[in-house]
Amino acid sequence: MSRNGLRKREPPTDTAFLLTITICMFMAMYILAVIFLGDKGFSKPQTFFNLLNEYAALIVLSCGLSVVMISGGIDISVGGVTALICMTCVVYLEDAGGGSTIAIAGCVIMRVLCGTETQVYELHNLVIVAVVLGCLAGMLAGAFNGILVSVFRIQPMVATLILFTAGRSIGSMVLGGNKPMVHVDAFSYWGNFIPGIPIPTPIFFALAGVIVIFLVLKFTNLALYAQSVGINENASRLNGLNPRSVKMMTYIIMGVCVGIAAFLQVSRQSSINPITITKNIEMDAILAVALGGNALSGGKFSMAGSVIGAYTIQALSTTLSTHNVPSEGVPAYKAIIIILIVIVQAPVVKEFFGKFWGNLTKKSSGTIRKVA
Amino acid sequence: MSRNGLRKREPPTDTAFLLTITICMFMAMYILAVIFLGDKGFSKPQTFFNLLNEYAALIVLSCGLSVVMISGGIDISVGGVTALICMTCVVYLEDAGGGFLGAVLISLGIGLAFGVVHGFLVAYLKIQPFIVTLAGMFFARGATALVNLDQVQAKNAAFTAVSRVRILIPGVGSFTKRGVFVPAYIEIGVIVALLIVILLFLMLKYTKFGRGLYAVGGNAQSALMLGINVSRTKFFAYVLTGLLAGVGGMLYFLHTGSGSVVQASGLEMDAIASSIIGGTLLSGGVGNIIGTLFGVLIRGTIYTIVTAIGAQGPWWTGITISALLCFFIVLQSVITSRKKR
Repeated sequence: MSRNGLRKREPPTDTAFLLTITICMFMAMYILAVIFLGDKGFSKPQTFFNLLNEYAALIVLSCGLSVVMISGGIDISVGGVTALICMTCVVYLEDAGGGSTIAIAGCVIMRVLCGTETQVYELHNLVIVAVVLGCLAGMLAGAFNGILVSVFRIQPMVATLILFTAGRSIGSMVLGGNKPMVHVDAFSYWGNFIPGIPIPTPIFFALAGVIVIFLVLKFTNLALYAQSVGINENASRLNGLNPRSVKMMTYIIMGVCVGIAAFLQVSRQSSINPITITKNIEMDAILAVALGGNALSGGKFSMAGSVIGAYTIQALSTTLSTHNVPSEGVPAYKAIIIILIVIVQAPVVKEFFGKFWGNLTKKSSGTIRKVA
Repeated sequence: MSRNGLRKREPPTDTAFLLTITICMFMAMYILAVIFLGDKGFSKPQTFFNLLNEYAALIVLSCGLSVVMISGGIDISVGGVTALICMTCVVYLEDAGGGFLGAVLISLGIGLAFGVVHGFLVAYLKIQPFIVTLAGMFFARGATALVNLDQVQAKNAAFTAVSRVRILIPGVGSFTKRGVFVPAYIEIGVIVALLIVILLFLMLKYTKFGRGLYAVGGNAQSALMLGINVSRTKFFAYVLTGLLAGVGGMLYFLHTGSGSVVQASGLEMDAIASSIIGGTLLSGGVGNIIGTLFGVLIRGTIYTIVTAIGAQGPWWTGITISALLCFFIVLQSVITSRKKR
């Protein structure tokens, strides 16, 4: 809390500030990696693209998240909680513990493609049909969450907890307990490389996703509405907006993103195991969004931040695994980074440093005056 | 609260109402199970005590979550902490040749450390509990992998002796097919868990700290104005939860006797779900430890029923529990909206 009774807003440069930190961190990390680990492949441009490839699903997801987040964003005065919670929960749900919803969507996709067989050499349906159905499944899950959040006014975290516990089970049910493998080359192109093109295919999806969402946010009222609902739900209701439908909308958009992310993931692996799919993404998605400067600033968002955040994390993971850290141990390091970031962002710490900085500049200006 | 004549509450308080629903639901479920699935072992008292044996650790963890949820926070790290404790203890017992008492101290220490860090970050630096404990969860999981990657079974003599202690319950038991009386038993963990439930119940009901938790969770601003030290209450709520996570982790270890990286995955969600089913509001200020106990038992009963029926596939447990969770969450939301009117 600030010293005066009237709450002082944080300067709006938070996002920019955090974004700068993130970009610097990414640059520093990558450059260091190139210098010290150049012989392990970091100097090749391919490594850079591989980062993108591995994280394309996450980027698509982050875009969806940003949208949900702005609508879930909240007036700082109410506690600044919901933005983060909403977003993390959605993350937690969407890709959480490995993305329960991704598991559902992925299972639907695979079910459509594979029928009930476990080893598939010929797809049963067109890929596009599967993707559309997968997106529908994602939208359905999104709508379920949306209804709980907007109509029943349940905290997003709790609401998404339901699907979190059920998601993987539903996925298994859809597949009838199978874990199908697809042995069709053309199917794996979507998640890996189209022969002859050095850039991995998911990057196109990620780029398209970023561009589409960016355009939608730029040229429609969605961003404005979502943002105003996020900042103050009551005020926007009094201004004639329907917060319920806006929230529903954002959750459904998120669902589409989930469907696409699930498709990329499934295609990448050419198989699916609903229990383990996207098991570790959740933390990364949260990190991505937090690193991108979205974390504690409800109603504000930066998509570029999320994308770069995703990039930074992948660079970190790659660096750690080059250092022979077991992949199960990586979360420990990431957790430390998350904690450091949130500590830097914590209002109390900020205020402390603000005072400190203020005293410092006051003192120095005083001395200068004296000298003069 | 009731002594205060100024503020008159609606006759059945939310806590009591939710608690009643939970207990009734458990009773109904168990009685139905006894009637319809009696031949599958539900008529034996041991089935009931096995629920306790199986879920002693979860009871303790859920109690911890109830405490922190009553104070208006959340802790999703308990599953990770449990895994870390199991792994550390098993490594300590097997590779370092430590004793049983040392293992207990280690588990309490780990739990306490997590609790203190979480409490400090949440209460004094005012960071969202979800993010803090999420980071805690990942740290615990990662640290588990850094301690040891393989699955290890504890073979320490003292440890196995303690874990195999069976306390017979006089006069309760069942007859085998040959007519031999087999008394029902509980494990040592159940005693610890029930003791903790009673202690926490008394603490929440009668101590200053316990009542402070409800006040802070209900409305932190008014609690502050009433002269309650909000930050300190929150801090100690997390410390207590951490400590309970330590105890719970130890009980879990005692029951399973092994450590592995993927252990106890999703345990935090089980604990949260049990707590909610037990009538704790996630928004804080409402909750009851007895309800939490029944929440865990309901979860266990569902699991046992699903296994007994032998439903087509293990996924039905997850779906049933989510459906139940959904029901309770919607119910809670209806209650809160009714209150606002």
